[in-house]
Amino acid sequence: MECLDTIADYAFRSIGFGERLLPREGYTLCQQFTLIGSGMIWNIYFGVVALIAGFGLATAVAVGKASNNRVIQKLSAWFIFLFRGSPLFIQFFFAYFVFLSLKGQYAFFDPFTSAWLGALIVLFLNTSAYTGEIFYGALQSIPKGDIEAADAYGLSGWSRFRRVIWPTMLRLAWPAYTNEGIFLFHSTTLVFFSGFPAWQQRGDALYYASFFADKTFNPFVPYPILAFYFILLTLLIITIMGRIGKRLNRHLPQDAKPKFRFRPQIIR
Amino acid sequence: MGFYVSFGTVLLLLAITAPLALSFGFGGAMAARSPIAPLSWIGKAYIAIVRGVPDIAFFLFFVIALDQGIEVLRHYAKCPDWPDAIRQGNDFLVCPEAKMPLGNAPQWVHESYGFMVAVFTFAIVFGAFAANVIFGAMRAVPRAQLETAEAYGMTRRQTFWRIVVPQMWVFALPGLGNLWMVLIKATPLLFLLGVEDIVYWARELGSSKAPRFTDYPHGDWRMWYFLVLLVFYLAFTRVSEIVLDRVMRRLTRGQATAAGEAQRKAAL
Repeated sequence: MECLDTIADYAFRSIGFGERLLPREGYTLCQQFTLIGSGMIWNIYFGVVALIAGFGLATAVAVGKASNNRVIQKLSAWFIFLFRGSPLFIQFFFAYFVFLSLKGQYAFFDPFTSAWLGALIVLFLNTSAYTGEIFYGALQSIPKGDIEAADAYGLSGWSRFRRVIWPTMLRLAWPAYTNEGIFLFHSTTLVFFSGFPAWQQRGDALYYASFFADKTFNPFVPYPILAFYFILLTLLIITIMGRIGKRLNRHLPQDAKPKFRFRPQIIR
Repeated sequence: MGFYVSFGTVLLLLAITAPLALSFGFGGAMAARSPIAPLSWIGKAYIAIVRGVPDIAFFLFFVIALDQGIEVLRHYAKCPDWPDAIRQGNDFLVCPEAKMPLGNAPQWVHESYGFMVAVFTFAIVFGAFAANVIFGAMRAVPRAQLETAEAYGMTRRQTFWRIVVPQMWVFALPGLGNLWMVLIKATPLLFLLGVEDIVYWARELGSSKAPRFTDYPHGDWRMWYFLVLLVFYLAFTRVSEIVLDRVMRRLTRGQATAAGEAQRKAAL
């Protein structure tokens, strides 16, 4: 089968395996599906790593913003404002050129100018700021009674945070956090459109979609394919996050569960 | 010089797009609420489709689609007896008279046409978001207010214009304010639409290649140019936050909401 050959050639093209040359002519539907799908590997890599790494920093930032120490509180608030108040697009550009000029001075920064690390750091900090704000909001709306009950049980400090505050925060923040996750995956498409170069034409899904749109002058095929992949990805995220959310809420009466509503923002 | 002008381009885009998107949103919300079923389907479909498609893919898609759509329409209107098909394999060919803008048009026409397409794209995308917010806000107007209007014998139309529209703004404003922030942060994407905006100029002027032939040779300054952009956006976001806060306080005055009550009590 011709299509199987195409899949064998291009399925891992985006990470450098298989056929080196991109298709030159013909541009069959199969090629478009395979290459754009291959690009999705990058989107998933950026999204998953940034989301998991960002979770830790976001918790720290949220606790910091809610802390009584003025210095820590101001630092966290500024961190959140810096990354939420400016476009992700500009952040990518700025980071890329910072790394580029650092690279000129120290060889250590060599890998930072390539997308797999440099863009990942930007996405990590960015999602930490957005998630930090969500967690901060959840931290503010923890029922007073829960904390008082924890005090009454003699819990304090770390064990109170670990056993009462943190799980409740996650439970309250979860629907918004799910949206943040979806939104983060969508914004990974910006990486190769900012400063970060796609080395040897190894790009993400949007990179290949716009490649096909440029070559065929027909946007009506590659972009719907891209949208199809992203809808699949979104459904997958909703399912996984829904499972986790269910587990977080397992002790609650069935009708008191917070509902997830899909409401992504479009631009970061 | 172009760099400074491009800040104007961004502000101009915001100034044109915001009211246009708002009116698109208002129209969409009115259509979605309409008692005539097909009209309400159109409104709801508009909201759902545009919101469901991820990110910049929509921008990239829409610019080409809009451009080609206009050219196809002009093609059929201006040269009805053109022998060849428009799509020939990978080529998109319309007759020369249908080119938009015309091939012999001066440079500024090309630029402003590109700008208009960008504005229109932004307005359609953000119109859908605004429609969603306004649709929600119209439903949030307290039921008692509508019942009172009915009791006074107002017709549906009168109720809509005299009761719903003046009262919905306070419910719509948090969402619209959010949207405004998102719109500000979306402006760097103009760069992707081929408009010479601040990102374009920052890359151009900052790089070390071009200035070698000008009066002020310097190294790679792109980092600093992008730092300026970052600060510009941060400042802009901060100012918008403050202004929106003021507007919100003004609109809350005399409304049948918790915040309105609090203001009334504070004034007593």
